Amino acid sequence: MALATENLVNVEIMGKRYQVPSGITLIQAMWHVGHEVTRGIGCLGGVCGACATYYRKEGSYELKTGLACQLLVEEGISFSLLQSFPVRKPVYKMDEISDPKKALFQYFPEAALCRNCNACSEACPQDIDVRTGIWKAAFGDFKGASELFLPCVMCNLCVPVCIAEISSNQVGLFSRRVQGVFFEQKPLDLIFRTEEITAGKYDSEWKRLLALSKEELEVYSPS
Amino acid sequence: MSDITESKEIAIASRSFRRVQTMPLLASSAKDALIHQYHPDYKKEAYREIKIGPNAGEKTVYELANLLEAQSPVSKNMLPLNPDYLVDVLVIGGGGAGATAALTAKALGANVLLATKLRLGDANTVMAEGGMQVAISKDDTPIRHYLDTLRGGHMENDPALLKVLVEEGPSAAKWLIDMGVLFDKEEDGNLSMRGGGGSSKPRLLRCKDYTGLEMMRVLKDEVLNQKIDLLEFSPVVELLTDGENCTGAVLKNLDNDRLIVVSAKSVILATGGIGRLHIQGFPTSNHYGATADGLPIAYRAGAKLTLQDTFQYHPTGAAFPEPIAGMLVTEALRSVGAQLVNANGERFINEMETRDAVASAVIAECAQGRGVTTPSGRKGVWLDLPLVDAINGEGTLATRFPNMVRQFSRYQIDIRKEPVLIYPTLHYQNGGIKIDVNGESTLPNLFVAGEASGGIHGRNRLMGNSLLDIIVYGRRAGRAVSERISKTDFKKLTLNHLAQFDEARAKAGITSKTVSPILFPDYVNR
Repeated sequence: MALATENLVNVEIMGKRYQVPSGITLIQAMWHVGHEVTRGIGCLGGVCGACATYYRKEGSYELKTGLACQLLVEEGISFSLLQSFPVRKPVYKMDEISDPKKALFQYFPEAALCRNCNACSEACPQDIDVRTGIWKAAFGDFKGASELFLPCVMCNLCVPVCIAEISSNQVGLFSRRVQGVFFEQKPLDLIFRTEEITAGKYDSEWKRLLALSKEELEVYSPS
Repeated sequence: MSDITESKEIAIASRSFRRVQTMPLLASSAKDALIHQYHPDYKKEAYREIKIGPNAGEKTVYELANLLEAQSPVSKNMLPLNPDYLVDVLVIGGGGAGATAALTAKALGANVLLATKLRLGDANTVMAEGGMQVAISKDDTPIRHYLDTLRGGHMENDPALLKVLVEEGPSAAKWLIDMGVLFDKEEDGNLSMRGGGGSSKPRLLRCKDYTGLEMMRVLKDEVLNQKIDLLEFSPVVELLTDGENCTGAVLKNLDNDRLIVVSAKSVILATGGIGRLHIQGFPTSNHYGATADGLPIAYRAGAKLTLQDTFQYHPTGAAFPEPIAGMLVTEALRSVGAQLVNANGERFINEMETRDAVASAVIAECAQGRGVTTPSGRKGVWLDLPLVDAINGEGTLATRFPNMVRQFSRYQIDIRKEPVLIYPTLHYQNGGIKIDVNGESTLPNLFVAGEASGGIHGRNRLMGNSLLDIIVYGRRAGRAVSERISKTDFKKLTLNHLAQFDEARAKAGITSKTVSPILFPDYVNR
């Protein structure tokens, strides 16, 4: 192995060794050594979940998970992009659901089988307490589950580690959607405004406004 | 230019003074002068004349002009043009606008194919942080929203497009909420609203600082639930016409480089923005695929562009640490008190000015030697974030801006304790393909929704109007194409426009070998 210098670190990308500059992300390291990355790349801002990655630090027994656009290279790190693998995504129609609690087990029967190993939470690059989220959903606390899954980027890293085969991120998304559709108070101010617009409340002012010149519009104060 | 550690101390030391300091808004003439002197849109040497096509004689930046005049990756003699897919509606682009258009058309009975370059949802939408502007509160009206946006856009917005945007805002928000999108609420159950630069009333609906992620997650889930036909890793590379109308498109399967021919009664381009062209060398807040693909293909086929010379440089892109240079630091932080501070510990602009003015002010500070230099040689000024907690109470950053706290914590920067260095980042294409109120371009049956379109935002988009734009115009395009299905037949598929384009190139003496769309930026070390 080549010696590490002050500005270069030794890394292993999908089993192959390279030296790359320190201070760059795993994705940037792939570009540096010549990889054209089209699968396993998306927003490059840590919110799209495309660059889910397995990595191991030098000397560690631990296989860790993260986002390749967010992790920095370090001496001895070894990593592989996950790219894509099949995740079960049950298809459901919100307007066909009458009881969200029953629907959860209809679409995700495995959600009741969590064995509390916490591997999902440990795998989450967003530090979500996935296990608690699954339990909350299973007990019908969709509000609690929603709050926990807020930062979920749907990277799927919680899925392959689950010994109960739960598509945990999908359970999180389902929980958030049913929370919104079935349990949140309807925003009355918004509904009121849409009705006002439909009833033509602003029509006369629009008429006045659209007849004005640019100069008049610059100083126009709305009623 | 000052050293990073030393100037950070100076910035922190001036906090108590700055906190009570009032910084008036600029007079209109002073604001114009600042923008004209420092905004990148006014840097003449970055621009050139477009030589051919519907906007010949007008100007845009070199990076875009080169792509507009470039050659197609598809041979004009490509034969046979037998369709692999025959659909009512082809939606190109899997971001917020594309997903919305596809869902709307599907709900109205259309047979929809959604093709996208990366995965469904890989788009700028997912990265939007600040929110979506909708005039809902009692002391606000769609008219106010209209005027704010018009003034923010330097009065160059298309009035008809803008009226539709603000009037359909509330129903667009309701559509999202009815699908289960969770916007932040007040204690009384009503929607919580926050202010944004250039807006006279608080009207930003948001989901913490994950607004775009929340919207895109739900839209994507719904596209899958509605079983809309999906072609991922299949970007558009050319349009098809019958000489008068858009009749389909040629896609490229990135796995095997094979071309896919789609015959469609209508095509909706929702190909998004331009950030990855790194105009004028700027870093960008955009996703990896934001290479303006829709513009050159629509242009070659004869669609007119509008305001193709104006871009938004978001005032606060991260300037440090280097791996996240260009990453967005949400404007919402300034709405709740974060201040911009130069190397001398001084404020220099009212933080709630419109984005073009704030970005110009930051560039001016750095150009005049009051900026800070990073170890990689970038320039920037401080954004004092701990002030947000000081003003609004401990824990505000952690609860309202969890994404920002997390992003910086990955690099051992605790934004609750220290300011961050920022510099303008290429964020948005203000103009684009010209559309009417149904989203139709000047090429019949070619519709455009979202950032690829132009006219709604004038010369400067207000914060929160883009998430609104993609939903309102995604829905309008989806409705318009659905209404047309029964009245339209599948038409002839030709590439005749490419021969005409080649002729125009030859006549104008264009010999460039550049091919567009480029699909991806080239960051690979070769």
